[in-house]
Amino acid sequence: MIPAAVFESGGDAATALYIVAFSLFILGVRRGTHPTTAKQGNLIAAVGMAVAVVTTLLLDGIGNWGLIALGLGIGAAVGVTASIRVQMTEMPQMVALYNGVGGGAVALIAWSEIRHGISLGEEIPLDELIPVLFAAVVGSVSFWGSNIAFAKLQDLIPTRPLAVPGQQVINALLLVGIVAACVDIAVDNGDPSQAIFIAILLAAGLLGNLVVLPIGGADMPVVISLLNAFTGLSAAAAGFALDNVALIVAGTLVGSSGTILTMEMATAMNRSVGNVLFAGFGGAPASGGGATEERPHTSIGAQDAAIKLAYADSVVIVPGYGLAVAQAQHAVKEVADELEKRGVTVSYAIHPVAGRMPGHMNVLLAEADVPYEQLREMEEINPEMPRTDVAVVIGANDVTNPAAKNDPDSPIAGMPIIEVDQAQQVIVIKRSLSPGFAGIDNDLFYEPNTSMLFADAKQAAADIAGEIQNL
Amino acid sequence: MSLMTEITIFVLAAFVGFEVISKVPTTLHTPLMSQTNAIHGIVMLGGLIVVGNANDALEYVIGTIAIAFGTINVVGGFMVTDRMLGMFSRKPKPKPKAEGDGKGGS
Repeated sequence: MIPAAVFESGGDAATALYIVAFSLFILGVRRGTHPTTAKQGNLIAAVGMAVAVVTTLLLDGIGNWGLIALGLGIGAAVGVTASIRVQMTEMPQMVALYNGVGGGAVALIAWSEIRHGISLGEEIPLDELIPVLFAAVVGSVSFWGSNIAFAKLQDLIPTRPLAVPGQQVINALLLVGIVAACVDIAVDNGDPSQAIFIAILLAAGLLGNLVVLPIGGADMPVVISLLNAFTGLSAAAAGFALDNVALIVAGTLVGSSGTILTMEMATAMNRSVGNVLFAGFGGAPASGGGATEERPHTSIGAQDAAIKLAYADSVVIVPGYGLAVAQAQHAVKEVADELEKRGVTVSYAIHPVAGRMPGHMNVLLAEADVPYEQLREMEEINPEMPRTDVAVVIGANDVTNPAAKNDPDSPIAGMPIIEVDQAQQVIVIKRSLSPGFAGIDNDLFYEPNTSMLFADAKQAAADIAGEIQNL
Repeated sequence: MSLMTEITIFVLAAFVGFEVISKVPTTLHTPLMSQTNAIHGIVMLGGLIVVGNANDALEYVIGTIAIAFGTINVVGGFMVTDRMLGMFSRKPKPKPKAEGDGKGGS
């Protein structure tokens, strides 16, 4: 038997160590907001977590070491393996999954607490019961909602908005039902029904599914961030139920900082959080959507593209998710190198939400050793677009759609875009004319000065680099 | 701990969270989300506590899964964040014209 029970649960020593732990969390998050200190901040927070876990393991009342070892072992093995194996392109769904299991843990803890309360056969005090119910509902919503977000980003289910008629009404009814069931349990706190509690878990899970399903893939980072804040709050609620100060502070910290972060992310996309949640892309009958009739477009091959690029003075490359999927960053860098040898000025226009997470493109291009100075932000590059000879759109779609500016009825109206349509010529490298994340047609493809090069981004870039060498 | 003490802590922590996230550059949104995500993995402490109180087979199972889930959240969360930030730190530091930027010079 491991000699545990060094600290009295809720005693001064344990609390002091918890204070150390959450101070490290706050410091870690603070550092995480600056590029130079972010990595260190993450490490500081991880140390805080280690302190919190070790402290808890040494509390009195901790037992069943075999099960604890099993849980820790499985969790660590899965977490480490998944984190090492995951591709940079799959980071957002990985975060969604981690968030989901966190929410799931909260819901399970709540369930265990209520079973424990029932088995004691005494009245469960409301200041414990109410947080347990809150944790159960929010944890379950977060678990299922995150899983749907994961499935959408992993293309396990369609990324376009899936809506059921009368969705908002169904969601509202579910929510009312959940609240009513919670009130029922709280009123009957002398002998709460476990069956009703399980029903609450299931209904909350269904609600999580229904809320996230109608949201389009492009909005997923905002949704994941919001669910992240929710899980934080539910962890805080679990802290109230278990009288654990570390859980209360850490959970609340994540809840509030996550809320601010969610709002900042939505602002970067020129959308409000409410808009994301209740008016998913394509929710309104879109003029450009639905009917994708044959529209005339110009299609070219790698050789033509190479010629256009090689004889240009300035080229702007606009990367998007397609580049990430095809892992084309090195091939694209090769094209840029060839062009620079010929005296062409090359820069990269980075849309704040290009790819599936903010900063996605910066990460990929940094990996291919693209000089930092060549990465230009949207606001910076847009005024230069009319003076740009050729804009090359590689695997990007919605972030270049002029409908966002020109068509007030478009579902993406008002979203800031990279104004490639202002460039003298546009080459779009894409596998097909199919619509992007938002599920709407891109008018850019049918502009007279746009040439489409239908190919995999990596292959196309490699071909173009080869053709430029041959010129 | 009394309920009111807990609520006091909750409210103060909420304000700390709001204040700590000031203006975050877009490129750090995802890593920061991932880091805070790892921090709420602290629920694994709850798993450790409930598994000690468990008194039937189902509770053992629930508690063990809760620990495993929480551990995945913590371990995976911090590691993935570290990987993301590692990609950033590899970019070349020298930014010749950025000398005066920090001080607001032109």
